[in-house]
This record gives sequence, structure tokens and C-alpha cells, in this order.
Amino acid sequence: MTSPYGRGRPLHLAAAVDQPGVHDAGAHVELTRLAERGGLDFVTLDDAFARPGPDASAVLARVAPATHRIGLVPTLTTTHTEPFHLQATVATLDWVSRGRAGWRIDVSTTEGEARLFGRRYSAPLDALWREAGEVADAAARLWDSWEDDAEIRDVATGRFVDRDKLHPVGFTGEAFSVRGPSVVPRPPQGHPVRVVDATEGPARSTAARHADVALVRAVSPGQARAVRDLLRAGAAGAGRDPDSLLVLVSLLIDLGDGEHAAEPGHGGGGPRQTAQGPLYRGGPVDLADLIASWYKDGAADGFHLVPVEPRRDLERLVNGTVALLQHRGLFRTFYPGSTLREHLGLARPANRYAGGAA
Amino acid sequence: MSGRRPRDAGPQGRRCHLAVVPHAPLRAEGASAVPGVGDTAVWSAPGARNPTRPQIEFASFERLARTAERGLFDFLLLAEGLRLPEHRGRVHDVDVTGRPEPLTVLNALAGVTADLGLVATVDAAFHEPFDLARRLATLDHLSGGRAGWHVVTTSDALTGGNFRRGAYLGAADRHHRAAEFVATASQLWDSWTPDAGPRPFAHRGPHFDIAGEFTLPRSPQGRPVVIRTVDPVNGSGEEGRGQDAPGRDDRESAAATADVVLTRHDTPEAGRARYADLKGRLAGYGREPGELRIMSAITVVLGDTAAEAQERAATIRRQQVSPRHALLALERLWGRDLSAYDPDGPLPGLDPVPEPLTGPPAGGRTRRGQALATVRRLRALSQEKGLSIRQTVIETTARQSFVGTPEAVAADLAELVREEATDGFVLVPQLVPEGLDEFVDRVVPLLQEHGVFRTEYEPGTLRSRLGLPAPVAVQDGAARRPLRPLGPQG
Repeated sequence: MTSPYGRGRPLHLAAAVDQPGVHDAGAHVELTRLAERGGLDFVTLDDAFARPGPDASAVLARVAPATHRIGLVPTLTTTHTEPFHLQATVATLDWVSRGRAGWRIDVSTTEGEARLFGRRYSAPLDALWREAGEVADAAARLWDSWEDDAEIRDVATGRFVDRDKLHPVGFTGEAFSVRGPSVVPRPPQGHPVRVVDATEGPARSTAARHADVALVRAVSPGQARAVRDLLRAGAAGAGRDPDSLLVLVSLLIDLGDGEHAAEPGHGGGGPRQTAQGPLYRGGPVDLADLIASWYKDGAADGFHLVPVEPRRDLERLVNGTVALLQHRGLFRTFYPGSTLREHLGLARPANRYAGGAA
Repeated sequence: MSGRRPRDAGPQGRRCHLAVVPHAPLRAEGASAVPGVGDTAVWSAPGARNPTRPQIEFASFERLARTAERGLFDFLLLAEGLRLPEHRGRVHDVDVTGRPEPLTVLNALAGVTADLGLVATVDAAFHEPFDLARRLATLDHLSGGRAGWHVVTTSDALTGGNFRRGAYLGAADRHHRAAEFVATASQLWDSWTPDAGPRPFAHRGPHFDIAGEFTLPRSPQGRPVVIRTVDPVNGSGEEGRGQDAPGRDDRESAAATADVVLTRHDTPEAGRARYADLKGRLAGYGREPGELRIMSAITVVLGDTAAEAQERAATIRRQQVSPRHALLALERLWGRDLSAYDPDGPLPGLDPVPEPLTGPPAGGRTRRGQALATVRRLRALSQEKGLSIRQTVIETTARQSFVGTPEAVAADLAELVREEATDGFVLVPQLVPEGLDEFVDRVVPLLQEHGVFRTEYEPGTLRSRLGLPAPVAVQDGAARRPLRPLGPQG
């Protein structure tokens, strides 16, 4: 695989656009447009039922018509939700964004979240992630349940669809079953991009089997590389091409106010572990250096950056760090394609039901 | 579009509301109350592929929404699909099928419109109150107070197969679940006080036992507009897609909780009677007549002359009822494979079989009796007029409520509003998305001339444009007390 950057694989960059306490559309549109101006592959918007904030998939749907190229990846949790609704929501986000949707898969671990749904739930983390894997699997089958050419509009025979190309999925897992087919026709990307935070052990197997992008929170390139190797091995073990799973290092970033470290202890060295995850503090130039060095080290396929102060840090990321990486020829300066899969260099998946197999 | 008229006061003191539904709810309570996209939308017409897949591509929803907004419509309604319609155990293949998840599309439309109300049909049987209340409140926040919820519950046995909870509920349970769902959602929406933030909620009832904190501040409308469907005929004998119509219960729920009622237009007399009946029930729930809007689903075919309109209507009916469509319609009724019959030949001499091929076991007995009666009626009609199978289906499933010149249609609609047969209309276009253009361009200006339709959007929310009072928050079972007026979102 050749790349315009003279390296084996192109560098991928994503950013979180979470803004605590913000419920209106304007601020989300503004931040996502900023990220798009930097050519980032995608933005994420986190979500959880028991925490203040709007529905993430709705916010990114609202953002979709105000943006043109950037991928939109909301978190949708699988623990108390209906797989049929989840896949329809993600597929519809792909339709409204014309192929830019992703889905950050997460689980709900607390009794408080279970109470919101009237469920009594205290399953161990690995059971929750096993269920998340089943939901991801069922969703992918439902996305395939319409073959791409199922809609025929054959006036001569009076048939709108060829029902031989619509498939019940008949999925039965440990925790749920789904009959199918979906109501939403197969989305533009075939399968919207699935993202899993694979930092914790129980999530790794689900990520290795079902994710297109795995996020790894790591404090050193060695730690990131080790998890990446595990994930790639897991993907291969599940019968996948390991290159079809991209691993991005996820870092909290505090880019301060200067070009470089603005104060003693600000910047220098790598990220530090905090209660919220590995935090990188430094100037935009320092961050560009870190990204370049970890990336050249083979620690990751790219980075997912979570600004501590969304407006300030995202702007410094785009105008400082990204600009510098572009200048050094490490990051693209334009979107060569239009779908998120195209940005990530991931193929549009073949339909498992096409060609008569059921 | 000049001169601002006093609110809610044309020359006759009445003003109507307009909405559009490109994908109609197939599983609504009283399913036949609003015709579905399946039996309404024409896909075989030349030019019916603009954009390529208008039932799913965002461009078509965007165009429809912009047209509706240009026409100063109150709202656009999108229906949810929870399974594909089936016929004899296989996907029904003659009608437009495949649709998006409505709330996702409406959130995107909030970004390309400024005033249009955005309403989703969402099933109360296969969603959960916390999740749905949060999603609706999110839409209300992101759209600046334009969200609505059309509450339906499915009775469809097959739909349960797509969900964790599995089996569907019987008519009474569905009804109670829907009522408890709306009450619970309202409790969640009310749980933030304007000043103090979230207050913990707890709801315990037969269908839901939940507790926690709602995660969004009170939305611009306080509560999204709640819309219910009422069957045009009480205890309707209409052949549906497996729905049993709760009839009177629908009217009571609507009177108790709905901000808007959708029904299907039938005759002016029936409309007036229904209107008086529904508004009359409000007092029993401590409500004023002005707290409920009744809107009728209609289709419209226009022509420069009455004859031209009739001709277009006939063409559309032929496009809607293909030979194959006609046979499938009979198969639903007869409960038999009739594929060997000639659609251009006479009706089958056979009687309908006892078990319907589609639809749930519940209500089967009633539907069997209805099927036999309907078959006899169709036979009599086809013999009397010498109609083929296809002609009979065309004749008996007419969906075109208003056919005529723009002047005639506008006069009819204005009259229905003036004589209190309805508060407005939900248009069901035969062509998506361009099926609304002609109505907006040619009929809306005439409705304005009649003084029964707005000439510009009033500032405010969907709720206030519908002339509905701001909801009063109910907390901890306390008496209803008014909230502070809700200003624009800030």
C-alpha cells in the first residue's frame, strides 16, 4: 500500500467535540466545521444515559447538513437499547450525511443507568462487551439485509423491490434476537464505521472482531504499540485482515496558550496518566512532534484527540498542530474522497447475502 | 403575502394549520386513519426518481421540508418503520418500501429549516420512555422548539421479532402502555425546574418502573407537541394491515393528552360530528377546546380545469394500482393465493378463507366477518358496473380527497375550516418530494386570500404556532401551575 506521504500508511487524525453543558446546535456545528477545516478524518461525540447532555447521534445528525466531508461518530451504547433501533439510527445518519457516519460502540455499566430503563442489571464488564459484540454483529447483518440493488422499480412486473434481495437476518445471541430485514436500505458506506475504545481488556475482543477503528488510551508509544499488536493479532484470529482495523491513540490534550510549553511542567515528555485518561499538556508544536514521533515509531495509525477546553484546544490543534503536520507532509491537506471509509482507506464491505447466499 | 392579519383571525375568525407527511405511519392506532406511503406514493410515474431514491435520500427530505416551509406549513411528519410490510410471509414488493429513522432525519432537517415543525411518529410499544423522552427533548433543543411526537403503538405480531422484548401487546395493553408512556415522558420533561436544575424522578406503573435524573434542561417548548391518531369512524370496519382499532379509547386518550389529533378526511358531515365529539370531550379532562387541534389527512389532485384534474386523478390511480397491486389487494382480503386470476377479468367466485394470510391472530374473528361482508359488497359493485378486478380495486380504494382546480380545492378546504369540520390538513403527496410544490404554489395563496391561513410565520415555537398554550409542568403530583413563559433558546 503506497501513500502520498512516502510511508506505509497515511496518518489519521480525529477529535472529540464534546462540550459539557451545551445543548444548542450552533456550538457543535462550529466546532465540527473547525475540525473539517483541518481535514480531520472524523469527530466523535460521546454519550451516556446517566450524564447530562443531549443525544449524541441527534447532535451529529443536526451537524451533518452544515458540514461536507468530515466523518461523524456519535457514541451509542448497547446495554439497554434495542439493536434494531441502533442500526437504523446509524444507517440513517449515514444516509443524511451521505456516507460519513460512524458509531462509537459503548456499554452502560452502572445500576443508575439500568434504573433509567427499569432494568436490574449488574452484568460483569466482559458480558456487557460480549453483548456489544453481538449488537455490532446483528447491526452489520441488518445493514446487509438489503442488497445494494434490491430496489428495482420494475414497472413491467409492478415490483418496487426484488424481495429475493431482502434478507431476514434471523440473528440469535445470548441476550437478544432480531428477525430482520431492516427497514432502512443498506447505507451508503455499506457498513458505517464502527469505533471501539479498546483500552480496557474486556472491550478488546469486541474491537478485534467488529471495529473498523480501535481507540487506545496510552501514555507511551510502547504501551500503544503493545495493544495495537494484540488487536491486530485478535483481528487476524477472527479471520480479518489486520489492516482493516485502524488503531488510534486517544489522548486528552491541553494545548495551553503558547507555541510551546507555557509554564513549568506544561509540556515536555509524554502524556501523564490522570483520572480522566492520559493527558498531554504542551503547545501545538510539541503535540505535532509527539504525533510525528509516535507515528513513525509504529505505535499507532493515528490519533484521537480530546480537547480539555474544546474551543481553545481544538482551534490550536487545527491551526497549529495539524497545519504543522501538513507542512511536514505527514498529514493530508484535502479530502481525496467523500465518505468516512474513503478517508480511512477502508474498503466498502461486500454484502454477505449478495449472490444468493442467505 | 402582504399585510399581517391578526393571529388566529381571518374574516371568519378561524385559521387552519397545514402539515405534510411523505411517509405515513403504517402501524398507527387506527391504521387506516392516515394513508401510508405504500398505497399512496407513485413510483412508476415518469420522473418519480428525483433524486434517485426519493424515499431514503436526504435530498428529497430537504426539498420537501424547504417547500413546506416556503408554504408556511406548521410541520412535517415522518413515520417510523419497525419492519417491512409482508404479504403471505414474504416482503411486500409492489409498494415503495424502505425508510429512514425519523428522528435522525428531523434533526438534520432542523439544520436546513428555521420555522417548520418537525414531528416524528414513534411507537410507544417498542421504545422506552427515558430514551425517547431524551431524544425528543434533544430535537426540541436543537431545533429551537419545533419538535413533535406522533404517538402510535403497533399491534403487529411480526414486529416483536425485531426487539428484545419480543411479543406484541394486545389492544388494551398497548393502549395503556401508550398512555403511561406519554405520562412518564411528560414527567421527565417536567423534571427540570427553570431555576434549580434537575430534580430526581421516579415513576412506577404497570408498564414502567424507572427512576433517576433526566439529563436535559427543560426544552424550548417545555414539552414537544404530542399528536395522536383517531380513526375517522369509531370502531372502524375498515380493512387494515392487521390493526384492531380501539375506536372510542382513541378519542378518550386524545382528549386527555393530545395537543393535536390526526384523522382522515371523509365527509364534511362526519368531520363536523367528529370535531364536536372530540372537542366536547376536553372539558372532562379540565381542558379548553382551544387546547386541541384536529387535523385531517388528505390527498389533493389539481388541474387547470375540473376535467383535467379528474383525468390526472384517474392516471394517478392507475399508477397506484398496478395489475399486480390489484391482485395483492384482493389476496389480503380473500386470504388466498389469487395469482392465477386475470387482473382485467372478473372477481373470484370463491369465498374468503377463515384465516387471513397476514395480520395478527388478535382481531381475526372480526376481520373474517368483515372480509366476507366486504367481498360481497365488491362483487355487487363489480357486477353492477361491469368492473374488472383492477377497476374494482381502483374504485373502492380511492385516496383522493380533493380533485379540482386550485380555486375549487381552496374553497372546499376553507369551508371545512370555517364550518368546524377540522382545524387543518395533513397533506399526503402522491409524488415525493415534488408532490407538494403545486399545492404550495397554487393553493396556499388562495387559502391566504380566504383569510384562513397565515401569511407569514408568527415568531415562536411549533406549539405556539399551533395556537396551543404553553404546557404547565406537573411535579411530584402537585397541582398544575403555569411555568414562566418560555423565551427563545439561549
